[in-house]
Amino acid sequence: MADKNVTAEDLAKKMREVSVAEFFEKNRHLLGYENPSKSLLTIVKELVDNSLDAANEAGIGPTIKISIKQLEEDRFKITAEDNGPGIVEEKLSLAFGKLLYGSKFHRLRQSRGTQGIGVSGAILYCQLTTGKATKVISSTGKAIHEIELMIDVMKNEPKIISHKEEKNPDKWHGIKIVMEAEGRYTEGKQSVLEYIKQSAVANPNAKIIYDGPNGKTTFDKVTNEMPVQPQEIKPHPYGVEIGILRRMISTSSSRNMTGFLTSDFSRVGRGSALEMCKVAKIDAGKKPQILDHSETERLYKAMQTVKLMSPPTNVLSPLGEKLIEEGLKKEVEAEFFVAVSRSPAVYRGNPFQVEVGIAYGGKLPLDSTAQLMRFANKVPLLYHQSDCATAEAVVDTDWKRYGFSQSSGSLPQGPMIVLIHFASVWVPYTSEGKQAIADYPEIIKEMKLALQEAGRRLSIYVRNKNKMRDKHMRRQIFERYIPEVAESLHKLTGKDKKKIIEELEVITKKNVKLEEEKENGEGNKEEA
Amino acid sequence: MAKETKKRLEQLGGKVVDEISKKENPSIDIPIRSLANTVYDPKTRQIKLGDKVSKRYFLNVAHAKSFMQTLLVAAATKELVDGGAHTSLRDLFYMLKRTLPNSEENTFDDQSESDPVIVDLEVALDVLREQLNLNADIRGRVVGNVTVEDRGDEINWGKMGSGGWAIPSNMEEVKFNKVKADYILVIEKNAAFERLHEDKFWQNQNCILVTTQGQAARGTRRLIQRLSTEHKLPVYVFTDADSYGWYIYSVIKFGSISLAHVSDRLGTPNAKFLGLTLSDIEEFELEKFTIKAEEVDLKRAEEMLKYEWFQAPEWQRELKLMLQKKYKAELESLSGKGLKFVTEKYLPKKIKNKEFLP
Repeated sequence: MADKNVTAEDLAKKMREVSVAEFFEKNRHLLGYENPSKSLLTIVKELVDNSLDAANEAGIGPTIKISIKQLEEDRFKITAEDNGPGIVEEKLSLAFGKLLYGSKFHRLRQSRGTQGIGVSGAILYCQLTTGKATKVISSTGKAIHEIELMIDVMKNEPKIISHKEEKNPDKWHGIKIVMEAEGRYTEGKQSVLEYIKQSAVANPNAKIIYDGPNGKTTFDKVTNEMPVQPQEIKPHPYGVEIGILRRMISTSSSRNMTGFLTSDFSRVGRGSALEMCKVAKIDAGKKPQILDHSETERLYKAMQTVKLMSPPTNVLSPLGEKLIEEGLKKEVEAEFFVAVSRSPAVYRGNPFQVEVGIAYGGKLPLDSTAQLMRFANKVPLLYHQSDCATAEAVVDTDWKRYGFSQSSGSLPQGPMIVLIHFASVWVPYTSEGKQAIADYPEIIKEMKLALQEAGRRLSIYVRNKNKMRDKHMRRQIFERYIPEVAESLHKLTGKDKKKIIEELEVITKKNVKLEEEKENGEGNKEEA
Repeated sequence: MAKETKKRLEQLGGKVVDEISKKENPSIDIPIRSLANTVYDPKTRQIKLGDKVSKRYFLNVAHAKSFMQTLLVAAATKELVDGGAHTSLRDLFYMLKRTLPNSEENTFDDQSESDPVIVDLEVALDVLREQLNLNADIRGRVVGNVTVEDRGDEINWGKMGSGGWAIPSNMEEVKFNKVKADYILVIEKNAAFERLHEDKFWQNQNCILVTTQGQAARGTRRLIQRLSTEHKLPVYVFTDADSYGWYIYSVIKFGSISLAHVSDRLGTPNAKFLGLTLSDIEEFELEKFTIKAEEVDLKRAEEMLKYEWFQAPEWQRELKLMLQKKYKAELESLSGKGLKFVTEKYLPKKIKNKEFLP
């Protein structure tokens, strides 16, 4: 002990509960606010994701306006407006001014965010870096409410600075947020613009207008079709973690173990429930709320050993092959597009679905490695690509089979963008930053199967294209060389150059025609 | 000679023109140059090209360009021969390099494209590069009691000072006016050559001294071959005792794999190997002057063990000795026995007793 004057009592005085907001203040790097440029991107990401979710859930085709104005070297004003359902007045300040408050945290369902930190985290970041309050304007179609709020860090409570109510003759509905934050603006691979562009690819029913420091860009919608609404499911015993199990036990309203297991989990019938209790040596009639620590642990282990059906998989909301192609088409200038949606599969009791799209050729750079666009539940992932299951799956796929060169351990070479969408009720991120998907074997396998199918379809296109080019080249090559050949022959033999050219042209035409007929006649039998 | 070359170039063009006028897909026959198409003829003791021929067609996407390139080189060399002008391989590349009209394609992108076409043409026409008026590298020197005529100049090899006469790349037109010698001694290294020259070895022994300065250039090989056949002179080769030195000897004697098609004009099958052998090291007690053999030396020796032209028991013994002892020795190691040991003891003894390897 270095300081003998400190007593246990002194220490106890210093101990107190740490509020979530206070925790965030000290650990903001965990939530995407580790440097000025990433912070700005994270703010935009939270705003865009929220707006897309809100509008889609309400069955409204989203129209989102994002604007970023540079106020000073390192200070920006960010405005976001959507046409979603808005938030009722009573919940408005709580929804934005309290961390871990939201509609998404308590359910198992495919959605963009899950933690309930999202926009309130952004508000807290603004407050920490600029000291300014955030303005939130909301309407559900009735009156328009405008509040200015800050977050009381110690209490994790909203602090309303001002509240105005206005009439709404146009029946506008939606949310508008105006905030001021410290940041750094860049445009490149990991930037606000790239995030919005990729969001537009994954949300072809959304119109996004972006007004940034370097000008205005509009990302139009290409469809009015609304995505299928994902269904909420109960956790499957194979996917539940012990911490979550404890929480479920303590909040359960069931009176006995069989009731708890059959009603709070999916795919657990009376038979399986009794078997679990037997394996765990727990009385099936026991009240779940009074299970002790070791009983919970035994139950957790028992749940993994009992044979169960896979969870229902028709609960996800994939993009679909058609919309992946259209999403890519509108944002990528390429000549060929292909998309593959796999059927849903299961990892650790969680249903998931993998989709792959490839854009090839056109204006994409010829001699660089393929670009990877990653999405988890329709949210673009821009950081930590090399740690992500998507990158591992692309690298592990043998692209040489589809006519692309690829050095070992790398992405394939060629003018292409590879899109991978991972949809699941629970996305296994590798870290809090939520930027990379963990490499469960089931996930990698599904991704590789989708990539292989897309690769096969792409290779057919590329092969046909090369065949056409060869045909064209053949004629061109011969015609290009004829004058040189004739000139050389003239020098060697003294024979008339013009006559040689004429004769060579006749032979060439005849030969090219013959070859083409042969090709057409033989169809696909021709050697590759 | 020039007339014959010209005739063959015209024949090559004539065949193509004939095929064109018969509305056939024109082609050029090129013998294949690869180890698989190389054979060793024990009777003539030469590495020779096999009879495999590839046809280069104009109307074939894969051949068209090299077909055109072959004719471009042929036409350019015909102009050289017609005008009596000579040029280097590099010059020829620049003479022919240009961008084809209405395209971004070059006739030749770099010299590594034109050099093989020249060898193709040598093989197809059965002429030497020098006969196409194309000069190769200049390397190799010679001294001796010999007078030659080269481009109208009379040159006495004995009066060229300490460096001797630099052997030109084209030995075809050189005329031997007076040759007074009992034998030719070919030395791998320039330093050893200068040592012998300084000691007036060629005057005392009545011989011609040639240094190849490493692997023998074509001009040097042609000079050795012409002197030995035209003047019936025995040839003795003197190299380092290692696989590379011995291979220099084998190229002089049998020819090389890459130039197998010209072995009959560049090879000297009667050449004998004088030294240095690893047996010499033992005989003259030079062990302390040896060097540790490198990995590459041993690998080369292993390859050479398998070559048909190294199957003589004496050579098998030397190569195996090297693999076993794992050392090699330079010519200079003989100086360990005294500066004059080479000229006064080693060489005279070897030559007098005819202690040669085949």
